[in-house]
Amino acid sequence: MSNDIRFVQGNVACAEGALYAGLDFFAGYPITPSTEVAEHLAEELPKRGGKFIQMEDEIASMCAVIGASLAGSKSLTATSGPGFSLMQEALGYACIAEAPCVVCSVMRGGPSTGLPTKVSQGDVNQARWGTHGDHAIIALTASSVQDVFSVTVEAFTLAETYRTPVILLFDEVIGHMREKLVVPPAGELAVAPRLYTEVPAGQAFHPYLPREDGRLPMADFGSHHRHHVTGLFHDIWGFPTEKPEAVAKLLHRLVDKIESHSQEIARWKEYFLEDARTLLISYGSSARTARHQVEIMRARGEKIGLLELQTIWPFPAELVREHAARCKNVYVVEMNMGQLFSTVKRTVEKPERVYLVNRIDGELVKPMDIENVVRTVEGKGV
Amino acid sequence: MSSDRFIRERFFPQIWCPGCGHGTILNNLVRVAREMGLDPEKVCTVSGIGCSARISGYLDFHTMHTLHGRALAFATGVKLARPELTVLVPMGDGDALAIGGNHFIHAARRNINMTVFVMNNRIYGMTGGQYSPLSGTGVLATTAPYRSIDRDFDVVKLAMGAGATFVARTTAYHVQEMAKLMKKAISHKGFAVLEILSQCPTYFGRKNKLGGPVQMLEYFKEKTVPLGSDKLNQDPTLIPRGIFVEETIPEYCDEYAKIVALAQEGARKRG
Amino acid sequence: MEKNRFLLSGSGGQGVITMGILLAESAALHQGLEAIQSQSYGPEARGGATRCDVLIDRVPIAFPKVLEANVLVCLTQEALNKYLQFLRPGGLLLTDCTLVKAPSRVDAEHIGLPMHDSVIKEIGKIQTFNICVLGALLELTKVVQASSVEKNLEARFASQFHAANKQALDLGISLAKACTA
Repeated sequence: MSNDIRFVQGNVACAEGALYAGLDFFAGYPITPSTEVAEHLAEELPKRGGKFIQMEDEIASMCAVIGASLAGSKSLTATSGPGFSLMQEALGYACIAEAPCVVCSVMRGGPSTGLPTKVSQGDVNQARWGTHGDHAIIALTASSVQDVFSVTVEAFTLAETYRTPVILLFDEVIGHMREKLVVPPAGELAVAPRLYTEVPAGQAFHPYLPREDGRLPMADFGSHHRHHVTGLFHDIWGFPTEKPEAVAKLLHRLVDKIESHSQEIARWKEYFLEDARTLLISYGSSARTARHQVEIMRARGEKIGLLELQTIWPFPAELVREHAARCKNVYVVEMNMGQLFSTVKRTVEKPERVYLVNRIDGELVKPMDIENVVRTVEGKGV
Repeated sequence: MSSDRFIRERFFPQIWCPGCGHGTILNNLVRVAREMGLDPEKVCTVSGIGCSARISGYLDFHTMHTLHGRALAFATGVKLARPELTVLVPMGDGDALAIGGNHFIHAARRNINMTVFVMNNRIYGMTGGQYSPLSGTGVLATTAPYRSIDRDFDVVKLAMGAGATFVARTTAYHVQEMAKLMKKAISHKGFAVLEILSQCPTYFGRKNKLGGPVQMLEYFKEKTVPLGSDKLNQDPTLIPRGIFVEETIPEYCDEYAKIVALAQEGARKRG
Repeated sequence: MEKNRFLLSGSGGQGVITMGILLAESAALHQGLEAIQSQSYGPEARGGATRCDVLIDRVPIAFPKVLEANVLVCLTQEALNKYLQFLRPGGLLLTDCTLVKAPSRVDAEHIGLPMHDSVIKEIGKIQTFNICVLGALLELTKVVQASSVEKNLEARFASQFHAANKQALDLGISLAKACTA
């Protein structure tokens, strides 16, 4: 059998994608609707000699993931809203310590305990700004079980390439629905290995001195290069510093290493955009509704298209601006009170032509929700 | 013989106040590492936040200065990922038992092989002298200007209750005993807790009118006694020192290795 | 495909979810069809009415939930009361006639089969009730072939259950056949 075809939940596809990418370590805490990621890895990781641990809470899970990463493991945790909130401090640590890791958050309704078993996309801005202080972040999402797999593989590559935590922002509908998954043969999808320092043992290793191309080679804990890692601002040795020029330099580098590569990090899908005059922008399970509605309206002869974002952060501003410029109206379809909508509005030339189609009641946004807003905006009434 | 190879001179002078007990602990740790012949490449020190936590930067091992209270969670990741590393976790009293209390009891429960040094000076020094869960009632602190009404933890009893398999106590005054207990704790296969009473003359001492570092060390000398001693029997208000628990039970990483073997055996059978 | 949006309902423990997974998985893995299965979670799934959505099509399916079912299966009265509103007029309603009282008015084809009682009488293993219902559903909708489901049952369950599963599937098929003949 050449193709490994399965019928699995999005959460299982995430776990399988992580294994495909060479996952060594998972730490997590049970929480709906992400628990299946942990359950699947509890079974599969030991078979490959990988490490699985259920920690005492999400704070500990995120910390353990960072510790394991610095000790040389490709590491993952998975959680949902409340747990994601608890992880935020350590997520910032991963940013400043430049510990590559992947954090999957399967979104449910919030704030607080909110709607544990119902869908939402309310963590878009938490993913961006949940941890304190200026920083850049990578957040990816997907709208099908197959894409969950490939986006997860990509997340590990981005984490190693940019030495940063990467957030997988899935949602309850995608996490729980079962669909066909084709697991590609090993090697078909690119998997980036960790970039190690070439400094030989016995010579001075500067753990926070980037190469001229901007990349920062690592040495694992347990290797020849003993070094210090801290959440304080630090110099090229990793030692704490409060020198203003060193602080500014590090913060600029942490932000620039991601923001200046936003075009390379951007992943998206286009549906009927060539001649579209009405543009839908969506992501995750909402994008499925949007695609459905585009198909219905195209069948009626309407020039509508969908830009489905798979990279949410860094926000692919150029891409959105270009497509928006060609269209009369732009509709952002999401399940929150306009978290990405406000970013789109800030991005495009004509923000007054950007409209929000949303649902915040725990139900998947419906095709009719889009129909109604579009008709209203276009003066057709409902 | 020199202990230089365990010290990062670049990090000096250290940040601790004159008379602080933490320097004695650092000094002893370096000496113990040398005497035990530890390979610095195979040691990872993981600390949290606070005065105590800065100790990791001064030691030339693999070192990680993490988040307040979370050192044991980070350390668990390091240890499970690389069980061959010797993992040392120096913590302050607030770090270990207030914000980090949950991680402390769970790491103890798992019996994961690492050594915790609770550098207990009964105060938050880094933030300027607030009371900690180890201060106890009647203590004066900037956040207890009238007196603390919070009862304190007994680190030893807490560690024992949580299942730590090596539990001991010493003080910054009893330097040779500290070295001996450090060696035992580091050699112990399992979760080891060594509480080290340390003096903070700047905040705890001054606020509570306990005199300078010398008087505070004298207090340790006079108010603590070896476990099982006659003095302790005669005066139960004295603080016992020594080894309270030393037992061998299955260690977490070893047990995990068995899970891997079990899973791989099952996979082979099915495959 | 007209009968491709399934809403399967019953109570916790009846195997409604497993039935939905088997149906969708068989379509996706053995017949080259597109299929999606999802289910209600949380307190709703612990007792009370259980709901499982299955969509099957020849072309990719965008919207993953069933808004308007053209096939509704109800295995309890509570499930019928709750989900009948989602059945498209002209669709198919399949119920167990001993567990569910026939609705007085329904703008759909209603088939009530004695699946529960037949399973107890002929197989004696109530755990295979959902497989029997699935058999009837296959026969009534013809969207997925029984042979695909059989392959799936053999892959999913340990060998000691294969005979009873096969028996239950065939029982469902024959009950449906008898009813539509």
